[in-house]
Parts: sequence; structure tokens; C-alpha cells
Amino acid sequence: MKAVRVVSGPVAALDRASVDTDQIIPKQFLKRIERTGFGEFLFHDWMKDPDFPLRRPDFAGAPILAAGRNFACGSSREHAAWAIQEFGFQAVVAESFGDIFRTNASKNGLLTVVLPAADVRELLDSAPAAATIDLQAQTVALPSGRTASFEVDPGVRERLLNGWDDIALTERRAEEIDRYEAERERRGPNVLAL
Amino acid sequence: MLDKVWADHEVGEGLLYVDLHLVHEVTSAQAFEGLRLAGRPVRRPDRTLATADHNVPTGPGDPDDLSRAQLEALDRNCAEFGVRLYALGHRRQGVVHVIGPELGVTQPGMTIVCGDSHTSTHGAFGALAFGIGTSEVEHVLATQTLPQRKPRTMRIAYVGTLGPGCTAKDMILGTIGQIGTDGAAGHVIEYAGDAIRRLSMEGRMTIANMSIEAGGRAGMMAPDDTTFAYLDGRPGAPPDFDAAVERWRGYASDEAAVFDREVTVDLADVAPQVSWGTNPSQVAPITGAVPEPADETDERALAYMGLTAGTPLRDIAVDRVFLGSCTNARIEDLRSAAEIVRGRRVSEGVRAMVVPGSAQVKAQAEREGLDAVFQSAGFEWRGAGCSMCLGMNPDILQPGERCASTSNRNFEGRQGAGGRTHLMSPAMAAAAAVTGRLADVRELVA
Ligand code: SF4
Repeated sequence: MKAVRVVSGPVAALDRASVDTDQIIPKQFLKRIERTGFGEFLFHDWMKDPDFPLRRPDFAGAPILAAGRNFACGSSREHAAWAIQEFGFQAVVAESFGDIFRTNASKNGLLTVVLPAADVRELLDSAPAAATIDLQAQTVALPSGRTASFEVDPGVRERLLNGWDDIALTERRAEEIDRYEAERERRGPNVLAL
Repeated sequence: MLDKVWADHEVGEGLLYVDLHLVHEVTSAQAFEGLRLAGRPVRRPDRTLATADHNVPTGPGDPDDLSRAQLEALDRNCAEFGVRLYALGHRRQGVVHVIGPELGVTQPGMTIVCGDSHTSTHGAFGALAFGIGTSEVEHVLATQTLPQRKPRTMRIAYVGTLGPGCTAKDMILGTIGQIGTDGAAGHVIEYAGDAIRRLSMEGRMTIANMSIEAGGRAGMMAPDDTTFAYLDGRPGAPPDFDAAVERWRGYASDEAAVFDREVTVDLADVAPQVSWGTNPSQVAPITGAVPEPADETDERALAYMGLTAGTPLRDIAVDRVFLGSCTNARIEDLRSAAEIVRGRRVSEGVRAMVVPGSAQVKAQAEREGLDAVFQSAGFEWRGAGCSMCLGMNPDILQPGERCASTSNRNFEGRQGAGGRTHLMSPAMAAAAAVTGRLADVRELVA
């Protein structure tokens, strides 16, 4: 995973609440067994509508997506994070996110930033006006010149800032896992006895 | 209850041990590929179980090329990494959340994960069970653990008694209607109250299944005698069953347990529910009408669904009926639908299908003669899989088609681009099939 620190540039606005991952990447595109090739199918059905916001020429190439609350709820498909990233977004800002999506995004270096409703509203209304997200400082410089700050899990932040691979990090704790497993087996087996 | 299960599985600060990892074809290929590239083995194949469900054909005919490639990738990966697989055609194959409990490998006090958001189903047994993404699938395959922060807790307490014709599905749809699709975001739900205690395991699974539709990380229910009786004698049940039961009893929440949030749902207010919109919180009692849109989301939903505010729900005609999915395709669900269908015919012009949750459910239903009940009424009787719940296989709605469905998501296009889904219980879906419109099942039972 690539390290992320600052995402800066125009904002694309998708002013809809509870956008689900079925919309972000419909199921017919989940048959691929690779991690790539999803970007062109982002919002496949909605993109057919000429008035769909992400078709606006002034949103093209924007690295930041601002969206309504409860963004990317529903299915666990990580393909949603892959598609958003491959389409060109490096960060999504919303009032809240689907839990699984948020984790998936973090595993791929896609920033998810939770801001209060008023700040998200400003981004949505002033898009494509540019914003700057600084993960190190945990701030967003809004188009109005104000700065909003956001919370992020310290472990996730550390990983994103350094581009660390999760599995490699956990593998360093192999001894702990060995010890835990040995202790569990002592307390009695609980494995698949099929 | 969450605290107890959590404490049992904390390997160390922020790292949770996974007892059971369920795998299916759609979210695993990239994870196995990651292992292969890094030269990592699966740490505990004995705690990993795979099945093919999302993408399998449930009728005659072969899967398309891409689907076949995905199913073959699962075969290859499981063989290469030593993971047990119940592939298409195996007598234990089925929707992953149906087969875990049915095999008895889902047990109280466990941590269970799967690359699928409806993993919450297994929480009905008092397990901590949640959906994960593909990167996490790879992480669990490699390390049998997951970096996790403890979620907040929320108790949903049911008071009152469920009315006639109402089922677990109506309880959970009513609940989501009350709290919203993000009403439980960031929380693990514990469902409580006598109404839960009185439910069968099938009913409890229906509720736990839809925790994610309320935004919940997971949904749990205290294990009790109903839980233990369900597990007794299943192939995966512990050999020393009595000792296991003693241990399992300890997982129920203490009287004084404190939750971050508490919600009460009064069952007196719950009539048979149907959804009218494009998310599972957009529901109403069947006796009601399509509501006035409250905001832009509602307006979009009504436009997509082709509905006008004020239309009585019982005036809405359906084209298709889907009885299936990990929410409602267990044996009890098929029985309750068959009760309504028996001696009646699927309404002229309606195409109705039954897709059992697993090969074992299908076999059991056939032993009970339910297949004949459905087929003589004009239902299609299919093989086990996810089928039209998400429409990855050829079982899909055509644009504009309206479907009464026992699944869990009515998102735009979920069952096929342009398709319109109304969620409801199996009995209600059966009622829709025989009347050709959304119908109040209470009027069909003498
Ligand atoms: S039946 Fe539907 S909800 Fe359940 S696992 Fe399959 S696709 Fe997902």
C-alpha cells in the first residue's frame, strides 16, 4: 500500500444519503478474480443518467469525493473501495460511512474523512471548489478558508501515513498468537470436527 | 455478552482471534491471490470452511464463463491451501450463513467472520459474527486474527407480543423502520426480550441477519435452551456436548449489563410489514399506504419504485415472487410459505420461485413434500444458492419488474437493473404469489 499524507484538489459532490455499495459497483462486476478493472464501472447504473453529478465535466479528475451521510452502507464488497480509487478518488468526505466500507477503504489507502454536517454541506455546495485534507494534522482546509479537524483511529492513521502492510504488522505478533492458541487448546478443543 | 466474547478472544491489544472463517467465491479470489504472491500459507485451514453460493446457477444450464472462472478459482484455491470446500453439487453446499448453523459449526461464544455483510446471522447463537472485506479475508487466512477496536454496544429490547400473521421478519423490518439504516452504525446490537426468547433459531437468525441493514456491526442473542437444542446432534457440535452447554450458558449478558445505547420496540405496533422504497428502513404495515415522501431520498425511492404516495399497499400488483436468501430460506421459512400456498395457485402472470438456502434444506423440504406443494401451485423449485437475492446468476428481474422478495435488500437494482423489490416475510411473499399483489397474509389464514 502506498503511504498517504495529503490529498488536495477539487471536490466532486454526490449529494445523496445512504448510497449503498450495490450502487457503487453493481454485482455483475463482482465476477472478476483480479483486484483491478473496476473503475470504469463505478456507479454503473447511475452513470447512464446524463444528469448524474459524477458526469459533470467540472468534477472530472477531482481527487476528493464529498457525499451524503451513511455513505457506502450495505454489502461488504471491497470492490466498492477499489472502484472509487481506480476512478481517481483518493479521499471521500461524509458525515458518516458504512462500517465495513470504511475498513476496506483504509486497507487500500483510500482516505475516509468524517466531518460534521455543516462542513460536509459546505463541500457539497461549493464543489468543485478545492479542499486539502492533511492526515498528519487531521485537518481539512475547506474552500471558505476555514479549517475543520477530524478524528481517525490512531492505528489506522499510523498505517496509512507509513503505507504499512497490515498482515506484515500482525505477523510480527506471531508469538502472541502462538501463545494464545496454545492456551486455547489447553482449555479444550473447539475446531471444525466435520 | 460482547464483553465476554471479546475478552475470550483478545490475543493482545487490538488484535482479535477468529474461531471460524467462512469463505465463498466472490470475496475470496483476490485474498488467496495475495497469499500466493506473498508466499503465505493459510494459518488454520481447520478453522476455515468454504462453500459456493453467490454465483452458482440454481436451475438447469451452466454458469457463464466469468462465473465459472470464479467458481473454479475457489476450487483451485481451496485445494491448494487445504481448505474444506462444499462445492456445487455437494450435499452440504448452500448459502454460507445457512450452512454454518445447519452443520453446527456456528456455536455460542465464538468469533466468526466471512467476507459478506450478512455474517451477522450467526450472532443468533450468541457468537460475535461480522462481515469483512477481501483484504481482511486475506489477513484472517494468513494470521487467524483481525486488528479490531471494540465496537460500542446497543440493546434492542422487544416488549409486547407479536400479533397474528407476524414473524421475525416483521419484527426486524419494523425495527429498521423505527431506527433507520444507520440506526445501529458502529454498534454491536444485542436483541433482548421475551419475544426473542420465544423465537425459534430460524426466526432469531432472520433478525440477526438484518442487523447490518440497520448499520450494526453485528447482532447477538443470548444462547439458551432453544440454541442448545438446535445444535445438539449436528455434525459440527462438540463431542462433549453437556460440558459445552455449561460453558455456553456463561455467555449471556449479566442482569446489570450496561449498553451504550438502548432502544425499545413495542411489538403491539408491528403488523405484517412490506417495504415500499429502496432501502430496508422504507417499510410500512401492509394495512397502510405508500407514504408521502419525507425528503429527497424518499422521492428518489418512489420514482424508482414507480409508486405514488397514497396508493394502498394492497393495490400494488407484483410480477415476480422470490422465496429465498440467507434471511428466509431455512426449512421453517419454507414451511410457513407452504402453509399459505397449499391448495392455492400462483396468480396468473406471476412468476414465482423457491430457492432453498442449502442443499440440506432442499432435501428436508422434499422429504416433507413441500416441493410438491410449491410445484403444484406453480412455483419453480430451484437448487440452493443466493440466486435472485443479489442476481449474480441468471435469476434476475427485468427492468420495471416488481418482486415480492423474502431477501434483505431492496436497493436499486439489487435483484437486477431496474428491478423493484418489496421485502417481506415468507408467508407474506406466498400471499403475494397467490393473490398477484401485495397482500395481508392474515386474510388468507382461516
Ligand atoms: S443470500 Fe443474499 S444476502 Fe445472503 S449471502 Fe447470499 S447474496 Fe448475500
